[in-house]
Amino acid sequence: MICRYTLLERAIHWLAALTYAYVLLTGLAFYSPHLYWIAAVLGGAPTSRFWHPWVALVFLASLAWMWRAWRADMRITAIDRRWGKAVDHYIRNEDHNLPPVDRFNLGQKYFFWAMFFAGLVLLLSGAAMWFPEFMPAAARGAAILLHVAAALVTIGAFIIHVYMGTAVVRGGFTSIIRGEVSPAWAKLHHRLWYDRVTGK
Amino acid sequence: MSANLRIQAISGRAGPVPGEGTQRQPRLAKLIDTTTCIGCKACEVACLEWNDLPFRETVFQNTYQTMPETAWNYWNLIQFREHVQPDGTLQWLMRKDQCMHCADPGCLAACPADNAIVQYQNGIVDFQQDYCIGCQYCVTGCPFNIPKFNPQTKKMFKCTLCNDRVSQGLEPACIKACPTGCLHFGTKEDMSALAETRAAQLREHTSHTNAGVYDPQGVGGASVIYVLHDITNPEAYGGLPKNPRVPLSVRLWKGPLKWLGNLAMIGGLVGVTLHYLRFGPKQEGHK
Repeated sequence: MICRYTLLERAIHWLAALTYAYVLLTGLAFYSPHLYWIAAVLGGAPTSRFWHPWVALVFLASLAWMWRAWRADMRITAIDRRWGKAVDHYIRNEDHNLPPVDRFNLGQKYFFWAMFFAGLVLLLSGAAMWFPEFMPAAARGAAILLHVAAALVTIGAFIIHVYMGTAVVRGGFTSIIRGEVSPAWAKLHHRLWYDRVTGK
Repeated sequence: MSANLRIQAISGRAGPVPGEGTQRQPRLAKLIDTTTCIGCKACEVACLEWNDLPFRETVFQNTYQTMPETAWNYWNLIQFREHVQPDGTLQWLMRKDQCMHCADPGCLAACPADNAIVQYQNGIVDFQQDYCIGCQYCVTGCPFNIPKFNPQTKKMFKCTLCNDRVSQGLEPACIKACPTGCLHFGTKEDMSALAETRAAQLREHTSHTNAGVYDPQGVGGASVIYVLHDITNPEAYGGLPKNPRVPLSVRLWKGPLKWLGNLAMIGGLVGVTLHYLRFGPKQEGHK
């Protein structure tokens, strides 16, 4: 077996996942009257509103850690661009027609950067929404629109991330829990990374 | 008398308002004639007394005004301005500042909490602190800078138009306390007529040839209206906007952006489901 994610990487990933799930659910409760019941399930709307920004700060801290740890792996290269041109084959599960990729493929990199930049927008707009009385009216108006728009970007990315990681790429979910993948899995999905870590 | 409190609109409500339109009620309004206000602040004290609010610490800013702006426990404030007129003479402008009780309230449009803001058919817009979640979206929705946050209780507060008194057939406390009769209370129809009569009187018999009635149509009209010496310059009265509106950002946020977002989220879930049904998982060793 090959180590794909260290214990620390897995712990931070699941810290990010849990905190994201909380801010997503409480955020959805404030987003639509039809989803307001979620806040009741999570301990009431005032409680949800109190913890939403604090839990979001933990999420952003875990995001910052991932950026520090993975930003080299997440750099988009010429190989990724070739892979991106052939993404139709990836969608159709014709992976043998794809150029081999390193530790992460272009989809994973896009997911990371979508979360990273949307996270920055959510932080800035969220700060304005947290303390509206210190903000000019224009900043308050921009903040509510940017906060929803950035949140919707993360929701789209999150749906695809969870779907790919659990349903489509079998073995992916185990790798982020136990940290290990089989050589066959590594060769199939991340050939360049396999070659690099095994020294072949 | 609950008959005086038919509900017209509820914040954060999925679906129709219960009992809406079963009974028609006259809209009520407060008329503030700034030309006869002497700045005595009896209304400020009456507001504190009736609503059982303690006097709060304030700051002195070299003005006759009690504090810079209304506060979570100070809902009624005389805005005092020294205004230099075009002919060089000085004018003292005194305006009783409080919630305008808009017909189309931006606070209610922005509020995500079911029941936290209620608009009654008589025009009163009231905050229900039991249901308030302290998100302060109403601050963003309000064009008059009225809702104020209590950081201890994490609840929003503002003028209630003495909903508790009005529902029992009494006038608001500020009206009762006013010694000059610059404050009036009655149906919106009567108050508008009285205001127009007073404005016409000012135009005809005084030097205030620009006198007029401030009843902002950008928020659908209000249940608090002013007679101003100069209707062309409401800003001179301390933060009274010329053409207040519910911010476009709030309209976009609660309207098109919400529906686009709902479509995108449902579309995403349907999309991945269809993808799985069509293509399924990647098979290891699949060639």
